[in-house]
Amino acid sequence: MRNSRTLPIIIVVLILAIVAIVVPFVTSYYYTDVITMLFINIILVSSFRLITLTGNWNLAQIPLMGVGAYSSALITGSLGWPFWLSLPLSAMAAAVIGLAMSYPLARTKGFAFFIASYAAGEAVVLCWERFKVPFGGWSGLVNIPPPGNIGGINFANPTPYYFLTGIVMAACLWLMYRLGRSRIGSTFHAIHSQESLARSIGINVIRYKVLVFVVSSFFAGVAGVLLVHRMWAIEPNQFGWVPTLYLLVWAVFGGTRTFVGPIVGVAALTLVSELLVPLAEWVPLIYGFILILTLLFFPEGLEGIPHRVQSLYRKMRTGEKAPEDLLTEGQH
Amino acid sequence: MAILELQGLRKQFGELVAVDDVNMSVEEGEIRGLIGPNGSGKTTIFNCITGFLHPSGGKVIWQGEDITGRPPHVVAAKGIARTFQLTNLFRDMTALQNVVMAFHLHTGVGLFGQYLMTKRTKKRDKEIEKRAIEILETMGIGDVKDEIAGALPHGYQEALGVAMALATEPKILLLDEPVTGMNPSETKDMMERITQLRDSGITILLVEHDMKAVMSTCERITVVNFGKNICEGDPDGVCSHEEVIEAYLGMS
Repeated sequence: MRNSRTLPIIIVVLILAIVAIVVPFVTSYYYTDVITMLFINIILVSSFRLITLTGNWNLAQIPLMGVGAYSSALITGSLGWPFWLSLPLSAMAAAVIGLAMSYPLARTKGFAFFIASYAAGEAVVLCWERFKVPFGGWSGLVNIPPPGNIGGINFANPTPYYFLTGIVMAACLWLMYRLGRSRIGSTFHAIHSQESLARSIGINVIRYKVLVFVVSSFFAGVAGVLLVHRMWAIEPNQFGWVPTLYLLVWAVFGGTRTFVGPIVGVAALTLVSELLVPLAEWVPLIYGFILILTLLFFPEGLEGIPHRVQSLYRKMRTGEKAPEDLLTEGQH
Repeated sequence: MAILELQGLRKQFGELVAVDDVNMSVEEGEIRGLIGPNGSGKTTIFNCITGFLHPSGGKVIWQGEDITGRPPHVVAAKGIARTFQLTNLFRDMTALQNVVMAFHLHTGVGLFGQYLMTKRTKKRDKEIEKRAIEILETMGIGDVKDEIAGALPHGYQEALGVAMALATEPKILLLDEPVTGMNPSETKDMMERITQLRDSGITILLVEHDMKAVMSTCERITVVNFGKNICEGDPDGVCSHEEVIEAYLGMS
């Protein structure tokens, strides 16, 4: 069963990889940059999905991404250390802040987690705003050095940076995918589906919630590092409420049940945004509409559509309900 | 020596005293019944033993060690397994996946081993799967191992709940109404399996409303009402005890 499933996945991934390699040579710098940004957002939304595995929606994800960004800005800018060292260090910095946050957060769930994580994230953003040294206050930090030359390739240029981001994204996705498929991933799922049962069979629920938060923060930090070296400047505003809203819309639109759901969500909405460039000021409104329509008509997100078509087809053929339908009805 | 002992156990929710000075001593290898009318505090006692609730007073002694107020995962690791009154399963996993998950305490590999899928992990996973199938077969539900747990008939779900508790490799099994909603023949099967489990060396503490099932299976029975001990003894003795008759007749 496993082989028949992995083969199509490998083929799809290969096709996407080939397309990704060709793209920067056939399009403009503008689109190369748009896709670079998409790669960063894919890491971000996938890291966000990790925490949803245990049933929580983390509103501090964007500030944690910011921790990675600020950290790398300081490490490369103030300390003058190279980008290649700053990437893992800054991701670890995000993981450490994530660890500190997770101690109280892992003891809450549902709505309490939602609100508490928002507060924790805001606290981090406030630190950047209040402390001129070293964070630069409201105006943030500028002149962040680009990644240096390696082997004669200047990573300050859009195309090399595009490939750098793409490779880091592929590595991150692979690591996160493996985590979801391992026994640890099943344990996250078990905690989500029946917490008391999970505890009764000996699962240390808080330990696993801390673990998922720290790992998720690490990858959010990676996304932050890639973001800051693309922009060369950062300010606290970039990590406020609006990007968090966008992140939630991507996740809801794509669905968080499967690994690809949120990725499809962010890719589809990036495409929508690009098509709507002439209507730029209307984009938040349109996002709002998409969010409402998704919640009304596709509560499982885009990923739920194939399954729905399938069960509709089965219903038409046999006039009966698919067993999975009966199951989901039982759960709600 | 008693394997599990409750000393003056007490649990209060605000003004309400749900469990009031309960004493009980379960011997190793017995099937002990814990009965009492609805709302007499039986499930609360279970929750206090297994760490889901923090007792307001008294002690829970496990093999001579005070385990009062330890969190559920620690209690489970000590060899105390429980089932839940309303069957509690990972509903969207298969029966086999449920039991494999319940082997959590005995994976024998650390987090990194699990993540990296080392050879040792794979070998251990195979062993666990084999053991899980054996447990499902012991409970008589080996034929549905690949069915989704949430879609199984009620009797199978109850049996699966017990199978998961067994996967934690317990020394004592706390069963909370395992035959509720079962027909007489399903009930008989379940009670026979419980007796077999005891014969294999697992002490059983059973909360159940089905009096016939309790009387025919348990050797000793503890009766509680309004959170207090009423009496303790063999089935015949308990049946003829005045306060017990009063408690049950008084209910109806």
